[in-house]
Amino acid sequence: MTQLTINNIPVDVNDEGYFTNPEQWTKEMGQELAATAGITLTDKHYEVIDFLRTKHKEGVALSIRKVGKSGIVDIKQFYALFPGGPLKVSSKIAGIPKPVSCV
Amino acid sequence: MMLNKLYKKFNKKEWKFTIVDKEELHYYQPGFLFIPFGIYEPHDVIKFKKEFIPKEAHFIIDEVHQILPEKNKVELKGGKELSYDLLIIATGTVPVPEETPGLKDKLWYKDIFDFYTFEGATALADKLRDWKGGKLVINIAESIIKCPVAPLEFAFLADAYFTEKGMRDKVEISYVTPLSGAFTKPKATKMLSALLGEKGIQVIPDFYIESVNNEEKKIVSYDAKEVAFDLLVSVPVNMGADMVENSNMGDEDDLNFIPTDKETLQSKAHENIFVIGDATNVPTSKAGAVAHFEAEILEENILSYINGEPLEAKFDGHANCFIETGFGKATLIDFNYTTEPLPGKYPLPIIGPMGLLKVTRANHYGKLMFKWIYWHMLLTGKTLPVSTHLSMAGKELNS
Repeated sequence: MTQLTINNIPVDVNDEGYFTNPEQWTKEMGQELAATAGITLTDKHYEVIDFLRTKHKEGVALSIRKVGKSGIVDIKQFYALFPGGPLKVSSKIAGIPKPVSCV
Repeated sequence: MMLNKLYKKFNKKEWKFTIVDKEELHYYQPGFLFIPFGIYEPHDVIKFKKEFIPKEAHFIIDEVHQILPEKNKVELKGGKELSYDLLIIATGTVPVPEETPGLKDKLWYKDIFDFYTFEGATALADKLRDWKGGKLVINIAESIIKCPVAPLEFAFLADAYFTEKGMRDKVEISYVTPLSGAFTKPKATKMLSALLGEKGIQVIPDFYIESVNNEEKKIVSYDAKEVAFDLLVSVPVNMGADMVENSNMGDEDDLNFIPTDKETLQSKAHENIFVIGDATNVPTSKAGAVAHFEAEILEENILSYINGEPLEAKFDGHANCFIETGFGKATLIDFNYTTEPLPGKYPLPIIGPMGLLKVTRANHYGKLMFKWIYWHMLLTGKTLPVSTHLSMAGKELNS
C-alpha cells in the first residue's frame, strides 16, 4: 500500500496508482488525475465516471463491453474519451481499484 | 454429469428425470485444440450422448426455445412444452463470430478460422497441412472466453508444429489480446510471457478488436490500431445460449450469461433454477475443470434444496488448467476466486507428480490422461480424487 497526495490530501493507492479506497475520491481529485493523463474532463467523462463508481460499489465486474452497453457511450466513444486503455485510464481517474479480469 | 450424479441420489418414485440436448453427439472440447495440428483425429473427440444417459431417464433431442420461469415450464423449438419442479441449466457458451464485423465474411474458413468448434478445428487442420507460411495472427476478441489458456496453448503448439515441419523461420506468430498481457494474474502472466518470448511469439496487448478488413487482410481495433495477417486464428466473442436471451434471463453485458450466486450456484432470480458451467456469470474461468468442481457443490446444494434445507455447500471459484507448451511438455495452473495461480506441486505437496507453473513432461501426460478421466469418470458422475476446493498444500507463496 502506498500513499499519494492529490490536492494536498493523502489517499491510499496500489503500486500502479489505483485507489484502494474509493471513498477517499473527490471530483477535484478526478480532475487532477485526468490532467496528469492529459485529459480535460467534460460532462460525458463524468457520466462515465459515475457509472464506473456506481457499478463498482454494486460489486459488478467492469469491462469495456459493459461500458459500451451502458447507454452513455459506445465503445468507440469510450476510447475517444479515455485514449489508450480506456477502462484502465477511466478507472484510475474515477478513483476505483484496477478492474480485474475474471479468468 | 449432473444427471448421472443426481440420478443415483434421488428417489425415482418421487422424481422423473428429463434431459434436453440439441445435439446427439458429445464432443470432448479440450481435444479441439489438438485437431489443427493432427495430434488428435476427429474420432478421438466424439461419442454418442446416449451412452452416458441412464436408461430410465427421458432423453429429448431438441433445442430449448425459452424458459418460462414464472410458470415452471420449458418450451422446445419443436413445439413441445415441458414442466419442471427443479431445473438445471448447463447450456454453456459458444463463439459468435457474427459479433465482430468482417470476421465471418469472405475469408472465413479460407484464411480466417476458429478452433473452438469441431468445424473450425477440422477446417484449420486442412489449412495448416499445406500452408506455406507467413503472418499467423492469433486474436482474442473479448476478455471473457471459454478456456482462457487455450489460445496460448494454440500459440505454443503452432510454434512446435512449424518447428517440427522445418518451417518455423517462414512463420511469424503474433498473439493479439485485449488483456494487458499474456494472462490476467500476475505470477502466471510473468511465467507465460517469458515462455512466449523464448519461443519467438510476439504479444500485442490491449488490442480490442472492432472489425476485420477482408480486402487488406488486417484486424482493426477500436482505437484504430491495425495488425496484418496471412492466416488469422480467431477466438470470437463468446456468448451464452440464445435461449437465455429469449427467456430474458441474461446479465447486463448482453452476453447471455445467467446471473448466478457464485457460491451456491442457484439462479439469482429463481430459487428452483440452478446453473452450472459456462452458462453462469460467476467470476471465474469458463473452463471444464470449473464445471467439474461446481458439480460437486451443486449435487450437495440440490439435495439440500429438495429436502428444504439451507444451501450450505459453497463454491470457491476453483479452476485448474493444463497448458500445453509444445514438444511434449505442459505447465499447470490452479487457482480460485481469491488466490492467483502459484508455483508448487499438484495434487500432492512435494510429490506432485505435476508441477504448477513449471514446464514438465508429467504435466503433458496429465493432460493426455485427462481425456480418459473425462469420458470414464466425469461424464458418468464419479467424483475425482482431488479436492473440490482449492488447496494451499504444495503451493509456494513467496516465490
